[in-house]
Amino acid sequence: MGKQQGLLFGLATLLLVVLATFYFTHDWLPPLKSDREGIDSALGATLAVTGAVFILTNLLLAYFSWRYQDRPGAQAAYWHDDPRLEWTWTLVTAGIMAIFLFGALNLWAKVQQAPPPGAFMVEVTGQQFRWVVRYPGPDGIFGRTDAKLASGDNERAYIGLDPKDPNGADDIVLLNHVYLPQGRPVAVRLRSTDVIHSFFLPNFRVKQDAMPGMMVVTTFTPKASGDFELACAELCGLGHYKMRGEVHVVPPAELEAAVRKAAAE
Amino acid sequence: MSHTATAHADEGHAHGAPQAFIWRYVFSKDHKVIGIQYYVTAMLMALIAGVLAMLVRLQLGFPNSTFPLLEKFFPAGFAGGVMDPAFYTMLFTMHGTIMVFFVLSTAPVSGFGNILIPLQVGARDMAFPFLNGLSYWTFLPGCIVILSSFFVGAGAASGGWTAYPPLSAVKQAAPGSQTGQTLWIIGMVFFIASFTMGGLNFLTTILNLRTKGLSLLRLPMTMWAMLLVAILGLLAFPALTGAALMLLFDRHFGTSFFIPAGEVFNNTPLAGNHQGGSPLLWQHLFWFLGHPEVYILMLPALGFTSDLLSTFSRKAIFGYKSMVGAMVAIASLSFIVWGHHMFVSGMSPYIAMVFATGTILIAVPSAVKVFNWLATLYQSRIHFTTPMLWALGVVSLFISGGLSGIWLAQGAPDIQLHDTYFVVAHFHLIMAGAALFGVFGATAFWFPKMFGRLMNESLGKLHFWFTFVAYYCTFFPMHYIGIAGHMRRIYAISPPTGFYEYLRPMEPINHFITLSAFVLGSSQLIFFVNFFWSAFKGKPAGENPWQANGLEWTTQSPPPHGNWAGAIPEVHRWPYDYSVPGAPQDYLMQTDPAPIGAKAH
Amino acid sequence: MATVLRRGLDPGAGAIRDGAAGQPPPAAIGREDEPPPGLGFDPVRFGLLAFMVTVSMLFVSFTSAYVVRRAAADWAPLALPPLLYLNTLLLVASSFTLECARRSRGARHLWLVTTAALAAGFMLGQLGAWGQLAELGFFLASNPHSSFFYMLTGVHGLHLVGGFSWLLVLVPRSAQGALAPESPALGRLAIFWHFLTALWLYLLLLLFVI
Repeated sequence: MGKQQGLLFGLATLLLVVLATFYFTHDWLPPLKSDREGIDSALGATLAVTGAVFILTNLLLAYFSWRYQDRPGAQAAYWHDDPRLEWTWTLVTAGIMAIFLFGALNLWAKVQQAPPPGAFMVEVTGQQFRWVVRYPGPDGIFGRTDAKLASGDNERAYIGLDPKDPNGADDIVLLNHVYLPQGRPVAVRLRSTDVIHSFFLPNFRVKQDAMPGMMVVTTFTPKASGDFELACAELCGLGHYKMRGEVHVVPPAELEAAVRKAAAE
Repeated sequence: MSHTATAHADEGHAHGAPQAFIWRYVFSKDHKVIGIQYYVTAMLMALIAGVLAMLVRLQLGFPNSTFPLLEKFFPAGFAGGVMDPAFYTMLFTMHGTIMVFFVLSTAPVSGFGNILIPLQVGARDMAFPFLNGLSYWTFLPGCIVILSSFFVGAGAASGGWTAYPPLSAVKQAAPGSQTGQTLWIIGMVFFIASFTMGGLNFLTTILNLRTKGLSLLRLPMTMWAMLLVAILGLLAFPALTGAALMLLFDRHFGTSFFIPAGEVFNNTPLAGNHQGGSPLLWQHLFWFLGHPEVYILMLPALGFTSDLLSTFSRKAIFGYKSMVGAMVAIASLSFIVWGHHMFVSGMSPYIAMVFATGTILIAVPSAVKVFNWLATLYQSRIHFTTPMLWALGVVSLFISGGLSGIWLAQGAPDIQLHDTYFVVAHFHLIMAGAALFGVFGATAFWFPKMFGRLMNESLGKLHFWFTFVAYYCTFFPMHYIGIAGHMRRIYAISPPTGFYEYLRPMEPINHFITLSAFVLGSSQLIFFVNFFWSAFKGKPAGENPWQANGLEWTTQSPPPHGNWAGAIPEVHRWPYDYSVPGAPQDYLMQTDPAPIGAKAH
Repeated sequence: MATVLRRGLDPGAGAIRDGAAGQPPPAAIGREDEPPPGLGFDPVRFGLLAFMVTVSMLFVSFTSAYVVRRAAADWAPLALPPLLYLNTLLLVASSFTLECARRSRGARHLWLVTTAALAAGFMLGQLGAWGQLAELGFFLASNPHSSFFYMLTGVHGLHLVGGFSWLLVLVPRSAQGALAPESPALGRLAIFWHFLTALWLYLLLLLFVI
């Protein structure tokens, strides 16, 4: 019975390796539409290294399970220390991790850079259960909002846009549709007026929590035009699964017209 | 039963076990009874939390079906035979809460820790037997409170097991944020109090009550794990206690620890004078506990695995000192990585870099453990008993789950993977899986010591195979859908019930995962049958059915009152002298004074 | 069924044989007048120290929340309620009298009763300080400083209630002369008590001085 178990465990492990390799080497990532290709590269490199380690360690596990089964007359080795071996594998692992760390910190710094001057500004406020999208308008200044002014009258009231603030007069407010310029850096300023939401653009490798009481800016450059989905990626209540939005990337020349058309609807 | 003549006060084991049923089996101070009480309670909580998970999977696997039968059981949750989205949020919240705290912190730690520590360190009982009993009787009310939250008006907590405010702090934010969330907090306070009492006992007993000859470096890996778990718990849980208290105040007394100004619910500004609260504060405090907590779940399994692998491959654990060092490194590092749960939270990107560094570093001692396990198996002589299979399963899951951690640790890739099913895959493999398999392995191994009977090997192996295969079938595919952008905690993914077109291709995978989960869930019945049948009808085990080295195998099965019928044995070696050249048998127990075996130990 | 239960769970199965070679099981841990086992280190004292580390971590968590919150622009600190001066004096005095009790031989009971009285005075005084604040219109939710004040003093007070209960157990024991001269029980209470006094001084500093 024991012998079969060893063989069985080895085979099961091998099967896992084969299936994992087969499925992991498929393309699961949504097609990349932004300048954050560094993330895709990092994911690819991680797959390669962790995949290799996965295959190697599991092959050993499978092989040992089969090879070292109890047999009549067999004796286990009394070998339980080998400092040179241990130092070697520890240092090699540490070295590989150091390389990962270096790459990770560099990529992180790049992704977290402040928006360049002239970046396209848009504000997105997460609410239960919608995205309130606001453009600053020709004056480039966002009007003042005040929670005490919030009501359900219209989109502008959802975020408490102060009708008395001249800067806000030209602000354009949309619901659940974000229009972005192709090829131009975009700075999305994220807010929330109730609970934590998360602004997730799967095609752009963008995810940033919308935190009540804070404003967080995330910067990226959309590279391809088209329509893409926006998802909420932080549990925000019973309507969390409904918080879908759409991102429309258009050539910069057509952007203003597209936004105004959407606002008119 | 003879007693010494002097009339001592109440510390029972000084003079024979109590006779009345209630003091012997109910309000016991005996660590073995208490350990089993914890274990059995955890099993029941696991049944409940498991059913919750099955319901979650039902919804995700069959999003367009109706279930009239379930409406009979859950009239509010399945009105019209369709699951209510609010019910769904409650399901995964309570599944996580119950599993993490009331099952997987309990069975391996409070269950096996209590059963094993005095036996493995050579003590009559824990250092504080009364406190020990009190800890169980604080735990049980916690279970009752948390379960009672299902039956209050608006239902149990539904803000995730992580209970992020403002969702959990503002009552109108979700139905589950009403009384259910308050009961969640109270249940957790009971749990934390109980766990703290246990931690004090574990720490004091392991450090102060070891028998003669048992130096720290002669402790079994299981004991090292329990020691570190106790330290982690004592240092980390207070952060959640503090946070829970502040959350209670925000919810009921109008404070603003976590609630900022400018809150609007249902298009109406939130009443009250809230100002300056920080949802990020909760996250920092919660994860300051939360990260060490997941190691609390995992370390005992790592300890069990080392002991099981060694026993059943008849070979010393390879690199004992580096194994201990690796565990200490993992435990220490676990305190400085908590922010990796918060990479996209809006916290400072500079702090994020510190957390990414610690997280990537923690891969090194984890890898060392895997290498040492493999080296233990190398040139060994493996007996494929049920406990051995579970231990090998832990190694497998630790490799899988540990490697996926490297994906998440790197900050920027985590932007794509945070709050997706990739994370769900990661922690179910490494934390839940390792802990669960560890508990099953420990059960199969120490059941004979506790009950004097062996568990049925055929049923045990059947249970293992179904669980091992179904576990991977359930959780491994979650990596793929996570990479594809499938978020967590989503009631439905694509039309007609859901909303996202890009997730439609994931439906068949969700379906497959659900069917695997059903197999996984139902196979656990084999375990329950085996456990209870063997307790009555299992083959009698002797003192040492596995021919293992630990101190616990030097006494009767089950151990008598006071653990050893005579004097407590003395220790002369570490517990890993298997297959020592020149020895008469392939094992030398810790109590064996023969002058052969590892000199350094 | 009963047999199985008895075999499986029974901590009493197989009696400790009377007269077996080797030592009998030790008397209960933590009783008065008994040498500590093994390392020569009182396990109860060790457990108490570990518990104090846990309690400290609780206040470390509160401190970090407090310090970060305090840095915000809208921080409006309260003035120190004057009663706190008296309360602090009472608590420090109670630590002093407890030490006297610990070291004394004949007057131990008197010192302990005094300690209890001073402690009761402190606790009532804390409630009075809350009252003083409430009178000025500062309640739990009034502003962040008041929130932290009520919460921190409340949690500290709860721990002191625990210590006080422990003290109340020892007071009658000392009257009966049941405490050993170098009483370990009194020694442990003293450690915990001085810890709570030091904690109070720390909280006072944190809330109003530094």
